[in-house]
Amino acid sequence: MSREDVLVTTDWAEKNLGAEGVVFVEVDEDTTAYDGGHIPGAVKFSWTTELTDPVRRDVLSKEDFSAILSAKGISNDDTVVLYGGNNNWFAAYAYWEFKLYGHENVKLIDGGRKKWELDGRTLTTEVADRPAASYTAKDADLSIRAFRDEVVASIGVKNLVDVRSPDEYSGKIFAPAHLPQEVSQRRGHVKGAINVPWSKAANEDGTFKSDEELTALYSDAGLDGGKAVIAYCRIGERSSHTWFVLRELLGHSDVKNYDGSWVEYGSLVGVPIELGAGN
Amino acid sequence: MCGAPGQAVALPAGTDLEKQTVLAGRVVAEGSPVGGAFVRLLDGTGEFTAEVVSSASGDFRFFAAPGTWTVRALSRSGNGEAVLTADGPGLHQTQVAVA
Repeated sequence: MSREDVLVTTDWAEKNLGAEGVVFVEVDEDTTAYDGGHIPGAVKFSWTTELTDPVRRDVLSKEDFSAILSAKGISNDDTVVLYGGNNNWFAAYAYWEFKLYGHENVKLIDGGRKKWELDGRTLTTEVADRPAASYTAKDADLSIRAFRDEVVASIGVKNLVDVRSPDEYSGKIFAPAHLPQEVSQRRGHVKGAINVPWSKAANEDGTFKSDEELTALYSDAGLDGGKAVIAYCRIGERSSHTWFVLRELLGHSDVKNYDGSWVEYGSLVGVPIELGAGN
Repeated sequence: MCGAPGQAVALPAGTDLEKQTVLAGRVVAEGSPVGGAFVRLLDGTGEFTAEVVSSASGDFRFFAAPGTWTVRALSRSGNGEAVLTADGPGLHQTQVAVA
């Protein structure tokens, strides 16, 4: 696995628009950006309504994942190129979910929508119309997904990486500064978790930092390269971004995304929580 | 409260300015609003906290906490930043000029 296998530049993306077997997919929580203009040919995915279960708090079931990809005209052998706003958070979540269900060829556009826009590249309001396909998801690969009991059992055993902002980690605030909702019962972080904000892995234009910078970032933060890693944030999208960095870019073999994240953990009864100094 | 009075800022229903600290403002280039700018909120140590996209009228807002913040904007018209100090809950406003 190398960076070129999982990440493409905006330049590559532009040169491959319309290429046979390549499907561009814009993913976001708020899809109004897609409606206002998107990469030509890109298919729209709403993270909220099309990548998460409509009833339970969960990813899609295998059957629902197969159905939505079929409806969007995506086949098992297509190369799926994901991008989105919010520095690719939800695109990274989609990447993780595609991998969870065993999709072979999936890549992220480095820098996502922001880099594409700052580059001044073409956006269109024309909605992509792809004929339906027949997609069959594989069984979920739980080697990349952590659940709450495993997180509790991993305290002091595995690397727990809290990728939220320092103020969320310390318990000064409940949620990122642009979101007033989705509040957990308690503030703070999983006992023993290190704090490496997702943002430290990205440049301000949204592209990922170099492998050398990323390696130094996690080793300086105290991540033990010889141990397994569980990344979490608030709802599992920022931690997908870090999961992507650790597993797909840096090649750590055992990295899980805890998509339940703080909204779940911070509402559990009796689990170990720590607060930062002064909180 | 600080910043330019009378500037209309649309806040979500239920926002309680007695309790919440809201940072809001507008991105401008040579006096004209810049929509679609990527506006990042950095804390007192320069650490990234949040990012939003400015509206067509150049407006942005963050829910934060009292303290000193830097608002940095990236756009096709250029980049710029402004420092904003929120001494307590309420609406705190600024303007970010990009060039």
